[in-house]
Amino acid sequence: MKIAIASGKGGTGKTTLSTNLSVFLSETEKVVLVDLDVEEPNSGLFIQGKLLSEHIQYKEIPEWVQEACTLCGECQDVCNFNAVIQLGDSIMVFPELCHSCHACSGLCPVGALPMKPKEIGLIRKYKYNNLDFVESRLNIGEEQSTQLIANTNHFTDENYNNDYIKLFDSPPGTSCPVIEATKGVDYVVLITEPTPFGLHDLKLAVDTMRDLNKKFGVVINRYGIGNDDVIGYCEEENISILARIPNRRDIAELYSRGELLYDKVPEFGSEIISLWNNIRKEVEAE
Amino acid sequence: MKEIVVISGKGGTGKTSITASFSVLAGRDAILADCDVDAADMHLLLEPDFANPGDFYSGEVSEIIEDKCTQCGECMKVCHFDAISLIDAKHRIDPVSCEGCGYCTHVCPENAIISRELNVGKCFVSSVKTGTKMVHARLGVAADNSGKLVAKVKNEAKELAVKLGKKYVLVDGSPGIGCPVTSSLTGADFVVLVTEPSVSGVHDLKRLYELVKKFRIPAGCIINKADLNSKTSQSIIDYLKEENILYLGSYKYDLAFTRAMTEGKTIVEWDGANSISLSIKESWEKIKESLL
Repeated sequence: MKIAIASGKGGTGKTTLSTNLSVFLSETEKVVLVDLDVEEPNSGLFIQGKLLSEHIQYKEIPEWVQEACTLCGECQDVCNFNAVIQLGDSIMVFPELCHSCHACSGLCPVGALPMKPKEIGLIRKYKYNNLDFVESRLNIGEEQSTQLIANTNHFTDENYNNDYIKLFDSPPGTSCPVIEATKGVDYVVLITEPTPFGLHDLKLAVDTMRDLNKKFGVVINRYGIGNDDVIGYCEEENISILARIPNRRDIAELYSRGELLYDKVPEFGSEIISLWNNIRKEVEAE
Repeated sequence: MKEIVVISGKGGTGKTSITASFSVLAGRDAILADCDVDAADMHLLLEPDFANPGDFYSGEVSEIIEDKCTQCGECMKVCHFDAISLIDAKHRIDPVSCEGCGYCTHVCPENAIISRELNVGKCFVSSVKTGTKMVHARLGVAADNSGKLVAKVKNEAKELAVKLGKKYVLVDGSPGIGCPVTSSLTGADFVVLVTEPSVSGVHDLKRLYELVKKFRIPAGCIINKADLNSKTSQSIIDYLKEENILYLGSYKYDLAFTRAMTEGKTIVEWDGANSISLSIKESWEKIKESLL
């Protein structure tokens, strides 16, 4: 089973939920947690596991071979991302703009733009008690997180079979990185807070999930602040509320120190249990 | 004209609430730009009129003209994004997976694939309640290319600021360190980093500042919810000194931000005498001073 923890608005508790749910589940199940928030991966701050292996990740970019080039200009014409430019009698490649589509390379009549790997990030495998943990981290200065997220999904499929419950801590927002992160999952948990910002961004996330034909439910974090509009919206739209995590200062303080909560704050632990029961029910329901 | 960009790396640190408060303090002196186009929330506090909507096109998506297609499969062979599949003996392009590179259009022997420009959202130039203009956008559902939309929003705001002779462009940036953030940072005169004293807040602040350094833009930092962990707050202040980042103040953990937001107000309007409101005013003065 593959489950993504996502949100429109950032800072609503994706990582808190992902880490606590996965550690809790790993007490009785085979679980792998995958941190796909590659721009700012934080799960590892809460799960200080034993490092098992590191895997450098690459994207492919074209490299100009001057001797072979006839300066026909085809590469520049076919690149839709302005990543290949002909300047006088040389061809310039801009790696940060390149989407690795291979068009320039494949369509070059003389093979003067072979694709070469460029480092974009690092995947690390950890073990924390019974939990498997995969962290994916984008190199600073790299702009395209989507490629690394795709690599990480592929890596997870290769390393962990279907006996595993796979949880994905997703990036925030509603654009390309989130779409890539939720691509193959069976269920998406959208976490929000009961405020006007939380509601507005939840609506965008719901529209996105509906567009992608995903099953999803909502967790309300910091329950008790703001107003009841998120609950009203979910009821109106027939969206299941999977759990309500109370707003408490002690939770915020434990979080600030990088501590797990499910085994320290009973009111939080009980919400994690009902969250899991609700997810299972929703995934199994047709 | 000076461009001030507020970013945070980590989400939920109070970036938008603080930017909106600065907007109220700046009043008619600033043009506003909401560059957090994935989750644009400034409009919830600043009452824009959503005027002058313009469609924003960015990138392309490929489409197969069924009548011309001979199902040869050449397109599927070259697509590196698994966007083309054979369903019921017909080749189909999934518009969500399509990266818009156009490789398939070039290899199709029947010229049966066309590229269509993609409408990725709407861009507005609104009047807001602070007596100025705000450029903001609404990204289409499941749309790509938010980095380009960020660049458009920012450039429109800058042009407007120059035209109207404004002192500042105030930008609410995006979370993370990827393409939308790079777009937000390009051309900025001052960066405000909003963080919180949590392990995640510190981790994300440091990664973000590594990126800011590459742009060589002077930066200041606000520690929000500072009293949640005074020890970590102190370690952030030490880090700021080491990196030569201007310390813009610490705000205490207070639900006043949320209460104000629930009423559709910034905290400086909701209660100008609140300790956070006073701290925000102090931060804004420091920012203005450093830009002199």
